[in-house]
Amino acid sequence: MKLFQYTITDEVGIHARPAGLLVKEAKSYDSVIKVTKDGKSAEARKLMALMGLGVKKGDTVTVSVEGGDEEAVAAKMEEFFKNNL
Amino acid sequence: MDKKEGKKIFNGIAIGKIRFYAKAENKVSRTKTEDCDAELARYEAAREEAARQLEKLYEKALVEVGEANAEIFNVHIMMLEDDDYNESVQNIITTQKVNAEYAVAATGDNFAEMFANMEDEYFKARSADIKDITERIVTILCGNSDSSDIGDEPVIIVADDLAPSETVQMDKSRLLAFVTRYGSANSHTAILARTMGIPALAGVDIDRSWDGKIGIVDGYEGLCIVDPTMPVLEEYFKKKAHDDEQKELLQTLKGKENITKSGQKINLYANIGNPGDLMSVLENDAGGIGLFRSEFLYLESETYPTEEEQFAAYRKVVETMGGKKVIIRTLDIGADKQVDYFGLDREDNPALGYRAIRICLTRPEVFRTQLRALFRASAYGNLAIMYPMIISVDEVRRIKEISKSVKEELIAEGVTVGEVEEGIMIETPAAAVMSNELAGMVDFFSIGTNDLTQYTLAIDRQNAKLDEFYDSHHPAVLRLIRTVVENAHKAGIWAGICGELGADTTLTETFLEMGMDELSVSPGCILPVRRAIRETK
Repeated sequence: MKLFQYTITDEVGIHARPAGLLVKEAKSYDSVIKVTKDGKSAEARKLMALMGLGVKKGDTVTVSVEGGDEEAVAAKMEEFFKNNL
Repeated sequence: MDKKEGKKIFNGIAIGKIRFYAKAENKVSRTKTEDCDAELARYEAAREEAARQLEKLYEKALVEVGEANAEIFNVHIMMLEDDDYNESVQNIITTQKVNAEYAVAATGDNFAEMFANMEDEYFKARSADIKDITERIVTILCGNSDSSDIGDEPVIIVADDLAPSETVQMDKSRLLAFVTRYGSANSHTAILARTMGIPALAGVDIDRSWDGKIGIVDGYEGLCIVDPTMPVLEEYFKKKAHDDEQKELLQTLKGKENITKSGQKINLYANIGNPGDLMSVLENDAGGIGLFRSEFLYLESETYPTEEEQFAAYRKVVETMGGKKVIIRTLDIGADKQVDYFGLDREDNPALGYRAIRICLTRPEVFRTQLRALFRASAYGNLAIMYPMIISVDEVRRIKEISKSVKEELIAEGVTVGEVEEGIMIETPAAAVMSNELAGMVDFFSIGTNDLTQYTLAIDRQNAKLDEFYDSHHPAVLRLIRTVVENAHKAGIWAGICGELGADTTLTETFLEMGMDELSVSPGCILPVRRAIRETK
C-alpha cells in the first residue's frame, strides 16, 4: 500500500467538480484509492461518499492506494491533487 | 397589500404578475412486488433516461449561463453514477421486495439528510442536488413529464424551492424574479439568478393565493410586495426606472478608471455594513472597501463575538476582495446603535456619550479581541484598520500602544500578521482642528461627514424640525474638510471621505480640487460618482 498526505488549497475544498474528476480518474485504475480525513474514509470512486467527508480548504487528507499498480497510481494521484485541489 | 421580507439573493427591482410555481407532485407509495428483477430493470432504464435529460440540460445551460454554471448538470450525471446511491436503491428493491419509485425516494431522502447535516454551507446546499436527481428519476418512473412551462407572459416566479434543473428550463425572456421559501445564497438557483441578473429573494413566507396577483420584488431591500396599492406601485415604477438607468451606467462605466478629463485620479471605494453586501461591492466595480462597519458582528450576536467568529468574518471579506484594500472600522457601538449585553447606561445625550473608541479604551479586553482578529485576518489580504470618534492626540497614542502590543503578542505566538495601515476617522471638529498633529501619528484619515456636520453645526440630524437650519454644504464643514486634506498631505499620508457627502455628486468637483485621495460611498453610488469624476475637467 502507498500513502501520501495532502493539504487542500482549493477555496471550497473537495467540492462537486473536483470530486467528480477524482471519481473519473479513480475509476480508470485497478488499485483501490481511499481518501481519509479525521478517521473517516471514502473510496475515491464514490462521489457522494467523497463529498460526504466535507473536506475544506486547509484540511489535510491521507490518500491510500492499494493494488498491483499502486506505485504508478499513487504518483498520478499526487499529481492530480496538486493540480485540482 | 401584503408585504413580506426575505433574504436578498440578487438585487434589482421587478414588477409583474406572480406565478406560483409548484412541482408536479409525485405521490410515491410503497408497494410490494414479487418481480424484483423487473423493478431493477425499471430503475436502470429510468436512470439512463435521467442521464440523457441531464445531458440535454447541460447543453442548454452551457449556452445560457456559461460553462461554470452549467457544470452542475455534469455533477448531477456523476451523482447518478454513484455506487453507494445505486447500491442503496438496488438493496431496498431486493431486500424489501418493493417498487423502484419507493426505493429511489427512500435512498434520496437518506443521502439528502446526510448532506443537510453537514456543517459547511457549501456541502449542506448539496442536499438540494440529491433531491433534484431523486425527483428526476421518480418523475420518470411515475411516467410524469418534467415540465417547467411558465406560460407566455413575463412573471415573477414564487415557489417553495427551485431546483437548478427547473430554473434552467424556464424561458429566460419571461422571467422577472425569483422568490422562494427555501434555498440559500449558495444554492445553484441563486448563482443562476445572479448570472441571469434578475432579482431574487429566499426565505420568504410565500402564499399560494398570490398566484395571478401583481407583485413587486425589491432585491435591494429584500422585500416582496403583493397586490400593491397605487402609490406604492407608482413609487416602484420610479425606482425601477432609476434602477434600469443604473444598470445601463454599469454597462458603460464598469472597468473604467476614476479619472478626470485632465487626468486627476481618485480612489473610489465602497461602504458596507456586513459581508452580505460584498456581492454588490464587486458588481458595482468598487476599487476596495473604504468603510467596513464591524458593528454587525456585535449587533447580530447575543453576547460578545469571539475572536474566532470575528477572524472568520474579516478573513472572508479580505479574501473575497482579493488583494483590494479593505478598511475595517473598529467597534462603533453606542449612540444610536445599542447592544444589550454591553450593559450601557441610558444617556441623555448619546451622540456625545459613551460610544465607539471611548468604549474600546475603557474596556481594553473587548478592543484587544477585535484587534487580534483583525491582525490575524490581515495575513489573508489587504486589510487596514480605522478607529472612530477620535478627539485627541492622547487617544491615538493610547490606541497605538494597544495595537502594538496586540501585534507583538500575535507575532510571539507565531501568528502571521500582514502589513496593516492604521488610520483614524475625522468626524469630530476637534480631530479636524488637530489634524496637523494627528497626521504624523497615523497612515490615513477618513472623514466621517455625517457626524462631522452634526457636531460642527450642533444640529441633531434626527430632528426634522431642524431641517431648515441644516446645510450639508455649510462652508464651515467644507473648510474643515479642506484643512484635513491639507494637513494629511503635509504629513505625507492620504485622506478620504467615508460619509454620505462623498456620494454627493454636486461636490465631486470640489473634493477633486481639494486633492482628496479617496471617496468611499455606498455600492450603488459608485458608478454615478465615477460618472461625475469622469465629467470633471
